[in-house]
Amino acid sequence: MRGHMVLRVIAKLLIPFVMLFALYVQFHGDLGPGGGFQAGVIVAAAVIFYALIFGLQATKRMVPEWLVETMVAAGVLLYAGVGMAGIALGGNYLDYFVLARDPVAGQHLGIFLVELGVFITVSGVMLAIFYTFAGRGRGPRSGP
Amino acid sequence: MMAATALAIARVRNLFAVAVLGGLYSFMMATVLVVLDAVDVAMTEAAVGAGISTVLLLGTLYLTRSEEAAPRRRAVLPLVVALITGGLLAYGTLGLPEFGSPDSVIHHHVVPRYLEQGPQETGVPNVVTAVLASYRGYDTLGETTVIFTAGVGVLALLRRRRRDSDEEGRR
Repeated sequence: MRGHMVLRVIAKLLIPFVMLFALYVQFHGDLGPGGGFQAGVIVAAAVIFYALIFGLQATKRMVPEWLVETMVAAGVLLYAGVGMAGIALGGNYLDYFVLARDPVAGQHLGIFLVELGVFITVSGVMLAIFYTFAGRGRGPRSGP
Repeated sequence: MMAATALAIARVRNLFAVAVLGGLYSFMMATVLVVLDAVDVAMTEAAVGAGISTVLLLGTLYLTRSEEAAPRRRAVLPLVVALITGGLLAYGTLGLPEFGSPDSVIHHHVVPRYLEQGPQETGVPNVVTAVLASYRGYDTLGETTVIFTAGVGVLALLRRRRRDSDEEGRR
């Protein structure tokens, strides 16, 4: 899509705001609607939008494949790790009360970390699926 | 309008049009969910249903043919099965409590405790987040693992095939 001036300009205008909205949905999830899953999906949609307009190669330079594949596992590890931290600090699995001195603050921290884990995994998986689908058919056997 | 879109999806043979109509259907579904006060689900539906899955479908169409193969014979038996299943499901909804009724069973089990104690116990004003991440933390961990498994499955299936084709190309 080299020649589509309107699309490229609009995309450059929109993508930062989409990303910002995703961050808002992520970190405001305690107060308003939203959370890790929604934010992860919105970020992935923004990156896929970028890929549609500017091409897969440019996107892979921005968000490399190894990063995406690490994110897939890192989110689940973070989530499960929060649970293990609960055990290590003397609570039950996924018990957030023990994470900080004040139980309510512990809940806040726990929910924040868990939502972050969901966010990382969801956006990673969405992008990984997109990359594998979009990257196919461009190898040596490509063509109709 | 949603019914019209669904009918069009079933009738149209051009798969490109079907993918776009699917995105349209998802956006209308998201609107319905906003009306039902489920903004979280609406956001997910708009982003996943209309955005990402449409892109994935189009990406798949790029790899395959974009015309649906004509069916070899008329699909009478599947139609009958679908009608019977749909009829049974519609019959089943008659036994459900009235929509939004406060007397229904699910609103009497743990919901009052979550609603009353949630803000004090977790300090999180949004009850949905409190239930998802705190009270039902195990379930959410399971969901995250499901997504993880899906991603790993796609990577395992499609990446290996690409490497095979690379090797064939080299030979």
